[in-house]
Amino acid sequence: MAMIDPETIHDVKGVSVHNVHRHDVIVVGAGLAAMRAAVEASKDYDVAVVSKVFPTRSHSGAAQGGIAASLANEEEDHWEWHMFDTVKGSDYLGDQDAIEILVKEAPIVVREYEHMGAAFSRTPDGRIAQRMFGGHTKNFGKGGPILRACYAADRTGHVLLHTLYENCVKNGVRFYPEFYVLGLIIRDNICRGVVAWDVVNGGVHIFHGKAVMFGTGGHARVYRIASISLSSTGDGQGMVLRAGLPLEDMEFLQFHPTGLYIHGILVSEAARGEGGYLINDAGERFMKKYAPEKMELAPRDVTSRAIQREIDEGRGIGGKDFVHLDLRHLGKDKIMTLLPQIHELAWKFIHVDCVKDPIPIQPTAHYSMGGIPTDSDCRVLGDGKSRPVVGFFAAGECACVSVHGANRLGTNSLLEASLFGRRAGISIVRFLRDEPELADLPTDAAAEAIAEVEGILSSSGTERVAAIRAEIQQRMTVDCAVFRSAGKLSKLLEDVRGLQERYKHIRVDDRGQDFNMDLIDAIELGRMLDLAEVMVSGALGREESRGAHSRTDFPKRDDAKWLKHTLAWKKDGKVVFDYKSVVITRFQPKERVY
Amino acid sequence: MANHENKTLTFRIRRYGTGGKAHEHYWQEYKVEAMKGQSVLDCLNEIRFKQDGSLTFRRSCRSGICGSCAMTINGVSRLACETQVMTLGTETVTVEPLKGFRPIKDLAVDIDPIPEKLLAVKPYLITKTPPPSDQERLQSQAERSRLDGLYECILCGCCTASCPSFWADEKYLGPFAFLKAYRFIADSRDEGEREHFEALDDKHGLWRCHTIFNCVEACPKSLNPTKAIAALKRELVKNRIG
Repeated sequence: MAMIDPETIHDVKGVSVHNVHRHDVIVVGAGLAAMRAAVEASKDYDVAVVSKVFPTRSHSGAAQGGIAASLANEEEDHWEWHMFDTVKGSDYLGDQDAIEILVKEAPIVVREYEHMGAAFSRTPDGRIAQRMFGGHTKNFGKGGPILRACYAADRTGHVLLHTLYENCVKNGVRFYPEFYVLGLIIRDNICRGVVAWDVVNGGVHIFHGKAVMFGTGGHARVYRIASISLSSTGDGQGMVLRAGLPLEDMEFLQFHPTGLYIHGILVSEAARGEGGYLINDAGERFMKKYAPEKMELAPRDVTSRAIQREIDEGRGIGGKDFVHLDLRHLGKDKIMTLLPQIHELAWKFIHVDCVKDPIPIQPTAHYSMGGIPTDSDCRVLGDGKSRPVVGFFAAGECACVSVHGANRLGTNSLLEASLFGRRAGISIVRFLRDEPELADLPTDAAAEAIAEVEGILSSSGTERVAAIRAEIQQRMTVDCAVFRSAGKLSKLLEDVRGLQERYKHIRVDDRGQDFNMDLIDAIELGRMLDLAEVMVSGALGREESRGAHSRTDFPKRDDAKWLKHTLAWKKDGKVVFDYKSVVITRFQPKERVY
Repeated sequence: MANHENKTLTFRIRRYGTGGKAHEHYWQEYKVEAMKGQSVLDCLNEIRFKQDGSLTFRRSCRSGICGSCAMTINGVSRLACETQVMTLGTETVTVEPLKGFRPIKDLAVDIDPIPEKLLAVKPYLITKTPPPSDQERLQSQAERSRLDGLYECILCGCCTASCPSFWADEKYLGPFAFLKAYRFIADSRDEGEREHFEALDDKHGLWRCHTIFNCVEACPKSLNPTKAIAALKRELVKNRIG
């Protein structure tokens, strides 16, 4: 616990002194990035984890297929091969200095999980088992698919999330579950803590610390058809934007090829890694037209475009908007041993027994490549380029370091969250070793957050939050999805602004303090609309096709103009852009074929 | 759009702490036009989004892995997200909070007992031998397979909420805590059997399980806490004698 000089502590207007909590480190979020940082920093310092859900409810737990590392437990592999695949997968937009860290440290991170107790599946000689995943290859793309994804059946995220929770508990991390963070407290470029709402009991709290770390997850809930949880609404990114800081590469949002038809629930790429086929209405394995060599194990952007093209051109099953994922030839034993959760999901959610029948699937909004710009020590960059905000760190899906560039490879997300979460923890410990003073709290630290909450609780408009949310999600799913064009994006941008106008006239049914979901929904929606505006503006601005961002009116990648990262701010109600160059070290951009 | 697969269902929901009736339970009914393939969670969301934004319940992943939406549906503890509403086969769907847990508001209960019970069994790998520095500990496939049916627990609380021993004694550690203890005791890498067992051999511990099997029936992940409890009892007796 930090030593506090009472002279430096002022009362914060509107917040009871009992609701001010002080810890060395305030971690926001409780997924892999957040809890990995907490495990690391709690070895030396007092760490609080503040999360909108109970820690093991975090969405990292839904990840299925694996975590990439060139352990070479199953066959020859090298970090250089992993690096090449990640760079190529990113469509050359990933920063190669950060990618080099990712692939070199991956084996350490995976083995540490094992040491912490994670129940990985095993090879016959007792090592961590590895499977194939899209875009991961042998020998710089010249060989076939490689066994690189370390897995625990198809419940890898679940196993890692619970392992981290268990280790946080062991290290005495203090959890504040079901506290919804309302805003950052940054003054004079120093982050001093966060303001939060106690969801269960109501009331504004302040978490005051020397270091704040965001591991708040992605924002794909801006879409209707999405694989991720209802809680993954981009709260961290929204708060950063409101604090006047930039977001990076927000136009890049990954569509996972295999969402369970109509719900969009994730069917792991492990299904294809273990040999599953994608089939159109004519019964053909259509991937041979789009990725003749890698077939179903092409990266996700390529595969999602292939599926969408089949659907758009009328070759969906029965002419509808889905195709089939066929696992039947794998046989019951392989399915039940290696893909038990997929079997369970298909059965429980759409009554398909994938041992006997193919699974209807469609592309589903999945992963945010863009996010809060950080350096490779996870320090948040206030100018997006080089100037860190003192005491503010971020890692995982909410951040953009950028290792995924324009398209992330499967199993690199659990790796990135874990590895950069760990680095954030190390970076925080290094920062605290220099014994920085606890920066004081301004008296108006909570003013904006209190005004937002009170504004919503006393709102008297006519618009339902759920109706506006349904509309933005539907519009993003139709007009800012796998294929994009200027016409649709400009209309969408206008409509997003229209929805922001309507948002000013919302009302809520629940005006109470305790467990008010209506209130949380309303705050989330305000942030989602801001993020949608930035995403659509970015997509409209980037006149090229790269990775997950595919413009029908600009179908080619344009390195001369667009081999650069987008930085976006919201200033005076407008989205303002700047750009920064991509770090290229080992691999020069080349044409990307699979 | 109505079609032959749609059906109007009545949701009868046990509410608490809302609508000016603080700390009082009452029933409220809502009509929902349900479609085939919709889950109970989808229907609750429909009600919240279109009829009554004050209806309160937890939810997150909506794919059966986070464990947030555990509640009592037609008398049975289950996850709302993976319960298909049409397969219930009733015109009226009765929804109540998890049994045995303190209600907070509507279907949301106080879940603090979940980490409390869990922490009692020291739910982490305890080792004395340091791990090899640059590689993983080895574990054979046979050893790893002993963890199947144990490591998948999502801490939703359905098992404990269905357990009469828990209804009678709120301090009872309950099925998921025992399952977690056994997940580590059964792990070939764990060397902390004694530590995990400490809280189990207690009046709120293992011996309160009367093998009623409600937990097995309730578990949405098809796990078998009763089997784990039986194995733990055997280990405990063996250790006492040995």
